[in-house]
Amino acid sequence: MGSATTSAAPLVSPSSAAAVRHTARHNVRDAARAALPLLLPWLLPVALVLAWELSSRLGWLSSRILPAPWAVAQAFWNLAESGELWIHLRTSLWRALTGFAIGAGAGLALGLLTGSFRRAETLLDTTLQMVRNIPALALIPLVILWFGIDETAKLFLLAVGVFFPVYLNTFHGIRSTDPALVEMARSYGLSGWPLYRDVVLPAALPSILVGVRFSLGLVWVLLIVAETISAQAGIGYMTMNAREFLQTDVVLVGILLYALLGKLADLLSRALEKHFLRWNPAYR
Amino acid sequence: MLLAPIAIDTELNLHGPAARDDVRADARRGASARQGVAVSVRGLRKSYGARRVLDDIGLELAPGEFVAVIGRSGCGKSTLLRTLARLETPDGGAIAVGAAGAGIAHDDLRIMFQEARLLPWKTVLENVALGLSHGLHAAAAALSTVGLGERADDWPAALSGGQRQRVALARALVHEPRLLLLDEPLGALDALTRIEMQQLIESLWRARGFTAVLVTHDVQEAVALADRVILIEDGVVGADVRIDLPRPRVRGSAAFAALEQQLLAHVLKPQR
Repeated sequence: MGSATTSAAPLVSPSSAAAVRHTARHNVRDAARAALPLLLPWLLPVALVLAWELSSRLGWLSSRILPAPWAVAQAFWNLAESGELWIHLRTSLWRALTGFAIGAGAGLALGLLTGSFRRAETLLDTTLQMVRNIPALALIPLVILWFGIDETAKLFLLAVGVFFPVYLNTFHGIRSTDPALVEMARSYGLSGWPLYRDVVLPAALPSILVGVRFSLGLVWVLLIVAETISAQAGIGYMTMNAREFLQTDVVLVGILLYALLGKLADLLSRALEKHFLRWNPAYR
Repeated sequence: MLLAPIAIDTELNLHGPAARDDVRADARRGASARQGVAVSVRGLRKSYGARRVLDDIGLELAPGEFVAVIGRSGCGKSTLLRTLARLETPDGGAIAVGAAGAGIAHDDLRIMFQEARLLPWKTVLENVALGLSHGLHAAAAALSTVGLGERADDWPAALSGGQRQRVALARALVHEPRLLLLDEPLGALDALTRIEMQQLIESLWRARGFTAVLVTHDVQEAVALADRVILIEDGVVGADVRIDLPRPRVRGSAAFAALEQQLLAHVLKPQR
């Protein structure tokens, strides 16, 4: 750092002033660089929405085909104010959570069973694989015949759909347990339940969480299908009703709600992974 | 003499730095200590399919003795160790452990593998405490003995290969075993870490006096650590060489090099 000793020396030497400006520029650049990964994922959606709004304003897009974002926001606001939105949301959420709990719970239990015991696999796996390949839509007529058109039918469809990703991934997770670790644990005196709890289950957990994550997203897709079976409330009902009355903006509100709920579910499963798999550098 | 740079906290130093203990003093101390158990192998046979891997192996190990088993790849030394560890069942022969073949408790036999085999979802301290019913104090003490006391709350993924093997060593020793089996535990480590680990193992063995069986492909490692070196060749014991060098072993000495050469010449003999 230069130290000017002439009689006309400035209070702050030119070189240190330049250094301060340089540092300030660096701070701004560092802050921008830090914020970038948070902002980048939103670049495309925001750009799309802006393009959409622009097209509507300029008249390229008829409001019957695709209402402007502003109209959608207004429809959302009206529904929220009247309380309708919350009723539909609550109903759909309840269906999704209950269906997920049943399906994922059964998938987990059966996956643990067939993964851990060869005999169970021999008895059950073929049947389950056959059922897996029946599309949910094809099941609807049967479901209506068996369960009628009330909540049980919808929950059954959701549970069946959610079951298989969790089942398959749990089975795979248990089977992929490193035999070297099991051998080591056995030589240290672990067996039975302590061995299962300390070695097999944690080894299977990354796979199980993949299944859970997949199912948490899948449940919303299946919910739309399930809510076509004569619902009285729910986002799907709201959307279909709006379609009947050509309220395209409400239809869009429904679609966007599904997307939002799916994204929230994904965030939840990411949080689960981050907690339970925090020992794994790949998940931090 | 290469000094181990890791802080080792053992109850040793009873004999002071001037002591040039010979091998028999170590063995005697081992026998009188609580640890150390005799092992007797007779007529051991093991085949994998049509391949006869072990053919009538006979060995007698004194309590507290450190024995190295060397041989070419695939000669059956790991099979011998795994049979001793009760991880494999032999096709014939008998293994008697303990005084008068009385056997030992499950806790008294510990094995160290070529990979550390730590549970990735447990912290370092929890890994050391594996199978330990009475609390984490002993585990923490064992961990500081191998010089990793301050890494107790880390995940195994954060450790280097050498550090992981040290944790595995602590895990094996926390149960105060009377027979420690080592299946090429240093094979995957770099040369410098290997030397440090050898010194660590030697000092812990001298302090505690357990019987140790080390399988290794490295003849220098065998001479550096063992009282006896056994060569497995064609499924039988080809040589049984006593190493009478003073402890702690000095790598550069003429006697060391001579023994190493003698063993290497025997191992590298052209196959029939």
